[in-house]
Amino acid sequence: MPNESRDVFYSKAVNEALDEELAHDPDVVLLGEDIGVYGGAFGVTRGLFEKYGPKRLQETPISENSFVGMAVGAAMMGLKPVVEIMFMDFIALALDQILNSAGKLHYMYNGQVTVPLVVRTPGGAKGGYGPSHSQMLSGLFVGVPGIKVVAPSDARQVKGLLKSAIRDPNPVIFIENKRLYPQRGVVPEGEYLLPLDRAVVTPGENVTVVAYSAMVPVCLALKEALAPRGISLEVVDLVSLQPLDRETIFASVRKTGRVVIVEEACVTGGVGAEVSALVAEHCLDVLEAPIRRVGAADVPIPSAIELEKAVLPSADGVLRAVRDVLEW
Amino acid sequence: MLACLRAESLTLEQLAACFRRMLLIREFEEVLGGLFTKNLLGGTSHFCIGQEACSVGVVGAARETDWLVSNHRGHGHLLARGLDPFRVMSELMGRETGYCGGRGGSQHMCAMDLCFLGTNGITGGGIPIGTGAAWALKYRELDDIAIVFFGDGASNQGTFHESLNMASLWKLPVLFVCENNGYGMSNPTAQSVATAKVADRAAAYSMPGTTVDGMDVVTVLEATAAMAERVRAGEGPALLELMTYRFCGHSKNDPRVYRTREEERDWGERDCLAVTARMLAERGLDDTAVQALRDTVVAEMEDVVERALAAPVGDRDHALGGVYA
Repeated sequence: MPNESRDVFYSKAVNEALDEELAHDPDVVLLGEDIGVYGGAFGVTRGLFEKYGPKRLQETPISENSFVGMAVGAAMMGLKPVVEIMFMDFIALALDQILNSAGKLHYMYNGQVTVPLVVRTPGGAKGGYGPSHSQMLSGLFVGVPGIKVVAPSDARQVKGLLKSAIRDPNPVIFIENKRLYPQRGVVPEGEYLLPLDRAVVTPGENVTVVAYSAMVPVCLALKEALAPRGISLEVVDLVSLQPLDRETIFASVRKTGRVVIVEEACVTGGVGAEVSALVAEHCLDVLEAPIRRVGAADVPIPSAIELEKAVLPSADGVLRAVRDVLEW
Repeated sequence: MLACLRAESLTLEQLAACFRRMLLIREFEEVLGGLFTKNLLGGTSHFCIGQEACSVGVVGAARETDWLVSNHRGHGHLLARGLDPFRVMSELMGRETGYCGGRGGSQHMCAMDLCFLGTNGITGGGIPIGTGAAWALKYRELDDIAIVFFGDGASNQGTFHESLNMASLWKLPVLFVCENNGYGMSNPTAQSVATAKVADRAAAYSMPGTTVDGMDVVTVLEATAAMAERVRAGEGPALLELMTYRFCGHSKNDPRVYRTREEERDWGERDCLAVTARMLAERGLDDTAVQALRDTVVAEMEDVVERALAAPVGDRDHALGGVYA
């Protein structure tokens, strides 16, 4: 029944992708902390241990750099490891193996090896986890060649993209989001794969709003809210943060002449900054207003929910930026 | 493969072959040093002069299908595994004919067709990679093992602790080989390793740890064979520490201010080449035969350098392409 669809949680969609890929390919193995009986810190792997057993789901000690490094070694040998890093902040512990091994091996060994590795990790803040458990660290991977970075924004995307990421011969940092896990989305029945390198456009006329991960539903809601007022936003969901789907971004900016870039990461030096630079380089001739960026303030994410809210980008902040570029 | 060999069962031919391989590594490194002096090479290299018995002994006791992971000081491991010296030298010279087309160089060279998973420029970076390779071998129910080379300095990295712990927990078929040459760059082992021996750390991971003389190739062969047999039998990982010395500096341009010339002379008397030459003499290989071996190695390296220098360098497309598979 390929045309049927149903509402599932984002976290469940991840689970379904893992389940299907474990069934599809005996070389797929899961690696991470508490992913077994416990089902992962966010319940994403729930039920898989019972179904596939300890050989396919290898629970690890708290040793991020080495279990990512082991996954790299196993990937060089032909396995397809899918690693879970419990909170995106913890990816700092594994950066050496991601930057110096996973991202470089295929190139520096002149194509003798591939590293079909997926590192799944939830980024973003959700209700007071505090400075070491809340950051969206997508910016860490900007300018790290050899790594693909994908940040799905809804349940349908996350399932189709994770399956593609697992089948991709390159290392993929797969950014999930704690705020998206409990959001429901329409997911098709049956197998489907989505391309890792394509941005998704929800068409509009007046302003291009570039976003990714949990800021996409925020921007789509704003699009709905502004429509009755005659303001038409074109939302470009980046999906792939590296490489960026430049042509789709440029086509949208060329159409609207105005752009607001929205992300949950700090404003400085990240994906949004890169998009901004690219638009300035390639679309300056069509811009009718300065590029505006909306993101987290350049501070660590504080614990108190009120303070956290003050630091994170909001729908109001996006709205102000949209008004700015329209009224320029 | 010389599995489970004993000194007394090693034939004269086998010992001579080990000696020739050690000579080749020594000559390779010395010729390489000369090329740096003449400014014919870019970057740097970490020579293994003095540590040849470690490479030849460990690799000599391994199966050809056992997977090797090396570190920054990897030329000996590469040549011991039987990589073509011309292609290794080509790689160091950045030539297209190198194992990695000049993209990798000294510290980033692999040869998958020879089960060589790569040298590694991050100290301790190869330890989890080799452990992961062992995990994959066990997953596929193969009876090959992974052998991971690293130094005393790398044993202070978190990856050492993390990887040895996981390898032991999961009884992975991996032999950890620490070449303890007394220094992490300039830092004496006694100032960086809190235990008397690196092998003492094995106890913390419930795995056997043994320290042997890394200047005696037969001792290294025997120790490796014994430990590899245990690892291959599925009894879990092991840690082998080889006490050795690099007669050269850490890398090119190292004036060795952190150690005395007396210490170097003392170790020089235990030079693995001299030790092996004495064994060969005791077994009846005369000086003429030994000199003939030296001559063939010198001639081989002259030819290698000449061909590598003449080999082409990759073009711009080669530099910019191939980032993604």
